[in-house]
Amino acid sequence: MLEVKNIYKTFNVGTINEKRALNGLSLTLNEGDFVTVIGGNGAGKSTLMNALAGTWLVDSGNIIIDGTDVTKMPEFKRSKFLGRVFQDPTMGTASTMGIDENLALAARRGKRRGLRIGITKAEKEKYKKLLSTLELGLEDRLTSKVGLLSGGQRQAVTLLMASLQRPKILLLDEHTAALDPKTAAKVLETTNKIVSKDNLTTLMITHNMKDAIANGNRLIMMNSGNIVLDIKGEEKKNLTVEILLKKFEEVSNETFDNDSALLNI
Amino acid sequence: MDISLLLNALPGAAAQGLIWGIMAIGVYITYKILDVADLTVDGTMCTGGAVSIMMILSGHNIWVSLLVAFIAGMLAGLVTGLMHTFMGIPAILAGILTQLALYSVNLKIIGKSNQAINVNNFDLLVSLRYISDVPLYQNSIFIGILFIIVIIAVLYWFFGTELGCSIRATGCNPNMSRAQGINTNFNVVLGLMLSNGLVALSSALYSQYQGFTDINMGRGAIVIGLAAVIIGKVLFEKVFKNFALQLLGVALGAVIYYVVLQIVIWIGFDTDLLKLLSAVIVAIFLAFPYWKKKYLTKPLKQGGSQNA
Repeated sequence: MLEVKNIYKTFNVGTINEKRALNGLSLTLNEGDFVTVIGGNGAGKSTLMNALAGTWLVDSGNIIIDGTDVTKMPEFKRSKFLGRVFQDPTMGTASTMGIDENLALAARRGKRRGLRIGITKAEKEKYKKLLSTLELGLEDRLTSKVGLLSGGQRQAVTLLMASLQRPKILLLDEHTAALDPKTAAKVLETTNKIVSKDNLTTLMITHNMKDAIANGNRLIMMNSGNIVLDIKGEEKKNLTVEILLKKFEEVSNETFDNDSALLNI
Repeated sequence: MDISLLLNALPGAAAQGLIWGIMAIGVYITYKILDVADLTVDGTMCTGGAVSIMMILSGHNIWVSLLVAFIAGMLAGLVTGLMHTFMGIPAILAGILTQLALYSVNLKIIGKSNQAINVNNFDLLVSLRYISDVPLYQNSIFIGILFIIVIIAVLYWFFGTELGCSIRATGCNPNMSRAQGINTNFNVVLGLMLSNGLVALSSALYSQYQGFTDINMGRGAIVIGLAAVIIGKVLFEKVFKNFALQLLGVALGAVIYYVVLQIVIWIGFDTDLLKLLSAVIVAIFLAFPYWKKKYLTKPLKQGGSQNA
């Protein structure tokens, strides 16, 4: 489903702030994989997400989604393959537009936008039903401006938007990090529901080791712009935070330095 | 101060305001919907009139002249849009560059610094002579209202379409828009074209109204447009929630601007200082939301800075 071959990305080339953010990273995801991504500060997790999404183009290497080479494809074109939820709840939705209008925008991802009506009556009914599955009471606030919703509600709506047009890959970039623990748990529950319902191939960055272990069928850990651990199958099921930390120290010869991840243990 | 002087002047101010209301709706599209401050309009506010007047003088149909003026405005918007998206120039600077370039273009279109057109010789749509003592269908206020209604209806439809919705999303959150497969660069260019097309149309009507086109008629147009947008927002925000009504609020904002201007002149204010007065008023209104946030929001009782 996703093939990443030897990608490199360096920021601020030739300046004192030069930073090699991706260092020959390769990764293959199979259809239906739910991969959690964890790593220290500056390990390149978000850089990887942005490389896949096409926020900028990689310096070298290839990115292939479902057989299509998207390495040089601009972000807005590539997004027909991708569903995305960001860390900042305000990033994934248009705050001055209604919940229904946001969903309608997402429903047209990858399609030509012409002079047909932007949202039909039938769609509104459909969205009402979909929203009720979130169990947040949003089905009664269909035309409310998204800007009026709480962070957790916005993330839930963004999740719905990301999966409305079945994406080849769902990219979740620490999408629960900005929420309080209770809301974060609820959004994560919704995530699992949506992913398993459509059997979505998913890449989820998290700052929370427990979440990384408890969710998905595969876990990768990043360090210095590359993947240092790739744990799947039975090994993933039996994983604990202690084992994970020990493994990390073995492969990298340094201690794990993501404070928030450690504090969340 | 003779009140009848003022009363006689008010209908003209209203007609003028309605015509500038079209321009203000154009500004609303860039400033409010696209979140781009577009200064091209100071140039297009002359281009439209120049094109229209020169075409009418050379014997073209008045409606054709309006259409060509609209297209000329769209081309100006296209230039600004390409400079911004394709050449990476900040929108405000791109607009200033186009505006400057348009000064030369406008001079070439008119051939000199101004050109009069006599309403007695040509069948103009609007004129300051058509304010009173003419049948309703010829009355410039009536024509102005018709134009505003049609333009609002078309825009209301357009911004409800898939393409229109994607333009609104582009202005609100470009990151999200790209993530949803929207070509934000294309939409910014399209919005700038639509906006400048409307400004040029307004310019074409305004030149007919005042009976001449002038190379300097666009100077400070953006300030008048912004004033109308802000007046419309401040006065009608609470009552006009619907998009079409918000556009109406902007048009009414332009009318109020010209009526107030007329009153200020009637009071005996030095007309040399009018542009200074406009700039100061717009600056204060633009500062208002910032001041409100900074000084009128009550801080939390304990700890935590607001920007934390």
